[in-house]
Amino acid sequence: MLDDKDRIFSNLYGMFDRSLKGAMARGHWDGTAGIIARGRDAIIEEMKSSGLRGRGGAGFPTGLKWSFMPKESDGRPHYLVVNADESEPGTCKDREIMRHDPHTLIEGCLIASFAMSANACYIYLRGEYIREREALQIAIDECYDAGLLGKNAARSGWDFDLYLHHGAGAYICGEETALLESLEGKKGMPRLKPPFPAGVGLYGCPTTVNNVESIAVAPTILRRGAEWFAGIGRANNTGTKLFAVSGHVNNPCVVEDAMSISMQELIDRHCGGVRGGWKNLKAVIPGGASVRCIPAPLCDECIMDFDHLSGLKSGLGTAAVIVMDQSTDVIKAIWRLSKFYKHESCGQCTPCREGTGWMMRVMDRLVKGEAEVEEIDMLYEVTKQVEGHTICALGDAAAWPIQGLITHFRDEIEDRIKARRAGRVSAVAAE
Amino acid sequence: MSDLRTIIIDGQEVDCDPALTLIQACEQAGVEIPRFCYHERLSIAGNCRMCLVEIAGGPPKPAASCHMQVRDLRPGPDGQPPEVKTNSPMVKHAREGVMEFLLINHPLDCPICDQGGECDLQDQAMAYGVDFSRFREAKRAVVDPELGPLVATQMTRCISCTRCVRFITEVAGMAELGQTGRGEDSEITNYLGRMLESEMQGNIVDLCPVGALTNKPYAFTARPWELKKTQSIDVMDALGSNIRVDTRGREVMRVLPRNHDGVNEEWLADRSRYVWDGLRRQRLDKPYIRRDGKLTPATWGEAFEAIAGAAKSAGENVAAVAGDHASVEAMWALKGLMAALGSDRVECRTDGAKLPIGNRSGYAGTARIEDLDEADAILVVGCNPRQDAPVLNSRIRKAWLNGAVVGTLGAPVDLTFETMHLGDDLSYFEGSQPPPGENRIMLVGQDALTRADGLSVLGHVMARAEAHDAKLLVLHRAASRVGGMDIGFAHDDGMACLDGASLIVNLGADEFDMPDGAFVVYQGSHGDRGAHRADVILPGAAYTEQSGIFVNTEGRPQMANRAGFPPGDAREDWAILRALSAVVGTALPYDTMAALRKDLFAAHPHLAAIDQVPENEWQPVAAGALDKSPIVASGVDHYLANPILRASEVMGEVSRLAASRQQAMAAE
Repeated sequence: MLDDKDRIFSNLYGMFDRSLKGAMARGHWDGTAGIIARGRDAIIEEMKSSGLRGRGGAGFPTGLKWSFMPKESDGRPHYLVVNADESEPGTCKDREIMRHDPHTLIEGCLIASFAMSANACYIYLRGEYIREREALQIAIDECYDAGLLGKNAARSGWDFDLYLHHGAGAYICGEETALLESLEGKKGMPRLKPPFPAGVGLYGCPTTVNNVESIAVAPTILRRGAEWFAGIGRANNTGTKLFAVSGHVNNPCVVEDAMSISMQELIDRHCGGVRGGWKNLKAVIPGGASVRCIPAPLCDECIMDFDHLSGLKSGLGTAAVIVMDQSTDVIKAIWRLSKFYKHESCGQCTPCREGTGWMMRVMDRLVKGEAEVEEIDMLYEVTKQVEGHTICALGDAAAWPIQGLITHFRDEIEDRIKARRAGRVSAVAAE
Repeated sequence: MSDLRTIIIDGQEVDCDPALTLIQACEQAGVEIPRFCYHERLSIAGNCRMCLVEIAGGPPKPAASCHMQVRDLRPGPDGQPPEVKTNSPMVKHAREGVMEFLLINHPLDCPICDQGGECDLQDQAMAYGVDFSRFREAKRAVVDPELGPLVATQMTRCISCTRCVRFITEVAGMAELGQTGRGEDSEITNYLGRMLESEMQGNIVDLCPVGALTNKPYAFTARPWELKKTQSIDVMDALGSNIRVDTRGREVMRVLPRNHDGVNEEWLADRSRYVWDGLRRQRLDKPYIRRDGKLTPATWGEAFEAIAGAAKSAGENVAAVAGDHASVEAMWALKGLMAALGSDRVECRTDGAKLPIGNRSGYAGTARIEDLDEADAILVVGCNPRQDAPVLNSRIRKAWLNGAVVGTLGAPVDLTFETMHLGDDLSYFEGSQPPPGENRIMLVGQDALTRADGLSVLGHVMARAEAHDAKLLVLHRAASRVGGMDIGFAHDDGMACLDGASLIVNLGADEFDMPDGAFVVYQGSHGDRGAHRADVILPGAAYTEQSGIFVNTEGRPQMANRAGFPPGDAREDWAILRALSAVVGTALPYDTMAALRKDLFAAHPHLAAIDQVPENEWQPVAAGALDKSPIVASGVDHYLANPILRASEVMGEVSRLAASRQQAMAAE
């Protein structure tokens, strides 16, 4: 378990002073100018050696991403865009940062923007986050007043402006290029890649899009050193991570702990255990709605990091752990996710536009058992036809939960179909 | 050519430009890639996902070949050229998957769909799809927006390729269509129920790869395989758009554009596409003679006899005028007939344009339409290209999109893009500041040239073009004009040469006032204004019913072909004139079209070089005094500019709608 001294987000629960004064008392905004004085290359090098992997879901090394930005401007401005469109079902970690510990993010924005030669940074905030917006805006205003933002920000010699942009609540706008489209005032539809945002991003200028948590941890990493961060967790899965545990646990929570913590320890220590005990566990979706679920037997040995979970054909995603106990109708749970993806598909490209609706409707019938057993394979094939064929990753995200369901709970689906055909009333159908 | 890159496509090494997309590179290599949303002349959407290909050594998922460029490909670990596979199991799986997704919500109502037989979805489903369906859910149905009298919608068939949206926005320049909604509920629709207003909207029917947008006037009249297809040239404007005329039996069923990069690319203006119902109505199908003030049907013999009588009494006091749709051959025959009667009083500039006779650089200019693509400064003098030649206007728009500056002189016009208005009158020519850029084009139109000082305007434009090293393009309205000027079907006195003539032969000219007193022979296809003023009517063939050369506004001779036969007793124009020449006693020296053309080409060899734009020797025109008054727009309704358009019910409806919109705008 992570020691208190190693926590980056010291006010995650909002129990202390959220203002700039409070944040400074907790050590934020300490020596920011000094960090910037180290220079671009040193900052990016430090980020690289810290091993920080993007906290938005894909786990791409953050330092490497920063290094993709052009070293010299060709006349176009550079931009940092912070993806605060936290809409992944089950995920609620960034909001805790923004409403309770916003100065970690703001300081991170300044340092990251400097490292990428960006004089402006946009925070694209999820539409539903009204209070978070207020809290964050208050914090930004405080920083402007204190000279930490604006001209010669934090006396670093770097001019920096930070803008908060409120989205309209579409899930797809959390996809980095759709986010840029939306930020430009267009319909939030993902762009074709290449070109990648580091070459042609916001308003056609080099842009880096980072998750809130990735940016918010950067100042502390740079203050305490890459070795400190890299020393937490397993190799290639370093650092601390915010976990958002929800579902059938006694005490759902967002908690910061070390990467590679075992799933059981995470749930037992921080969440009061699974409802009805560990043996009552049925399945866990470890990384937000978009990853394949893990059935209980695999959870015993499971540790929470990128590599281990992808080895289980799941993923760490946003580390939003959704716990389901034995009372769960897992088919219906996954159907609900299918419904979500069908609703949130932007409709731009064919496989996702047509496939998400089809998958949801088949899931619809599987929930009730009104299907043929062969249709399970058909559904699996349909998910394979969506996966990897779309412009953005929403198609993949819609396909994976169903693939996980079919892989691990096929017998349950078949049983449902047989029960329906035999007129046997199953426990779920009786509800 | 060291900047070529070698890639391997299906095992075959190809050298190609790194800027090409993979779909283009595959085309070069002769490998066909199925596609729906991709179109060469529109921006890349990459949304249909039909063109997925496998990049060997790349990510474990296929890439969209319409979007990925050759330069995006990375060489193999040992520097071997990147490899693209279009027939691997991964690609086959991807195509079958996408095809299935496209079809699950498609109504599959091919038997009652007008697109049947020329449907990309049908063809590609046959080639790349599977032969069974496993979709058991209810299909989606979509409400059809009303787009107006030209485009019919069945949006349930739509596959959301967005070609129509991109065309209307990018090429036609009017953001009248868009995609609303999200996911499977997204729809292609118009803005708040407003009908399309673009004068090029018919092209979205061609672009639509399925039967969602179909040709409304043509709806349910024919199947593509029953139609005879004839390649021809459009005469509704002077652009000379290349068209394909589809006929069944004698009837023209529809008109489609043909690709010609130098002229119309692959677009066609609505009035050229939807004029065909005008070819069936108001037709002159037998000769008429005016007896006791009334036009009464007659035989060819009687008609010719009446003309012979008039010709005898007229002697050399005869004149001829040619209208906007006369082919070069017909005018050549008519000019020959007049010469045989001893008269040189022939004229084709019925609008009174002051085009300089014998100066091809002055009436056809020196620029080609293609030059507009490279232009960075275009000055439009006294015309509205959006009405005079909508397809040309979209080409100017393309130049503007590429950064060209467009200035206009004359009545303010909305060309669908931003222009710099340099004044209503010609005072611009008093200044001398050079236009920006290096590739400059001066486009001078008929509103300027039909003024009394038209020749001076041309002189000033030419002087300015010379001073600033600009090319000149004269934008005509009439398809026959440049051809008529080429063969000298013009008189120094202009239209005044008709005055006082005892006998006037009118070859299909309806848009001018015929002098009183003359015995008028009207030869044409439609009973319009010219026919009403005639003493004898000779029924001629329309442009789809006879072969003929038309020289377009840039001076490119093009051959129109006969797609069908004229109705009733109507005959081809040159043949009528040849027969008439024998009756009046001075038979023309040719009996066949081939012989006529031989005669014509001997006198004007450049007309024999079909589809070649001759270089015109620069002959400046005197830049005389200019009238200070503003240039006045002609006010001609471009949907009803000629007898065929006026006979068309569809065009009447389009014109009526355009006028009511204009009125509504004025009332606001």
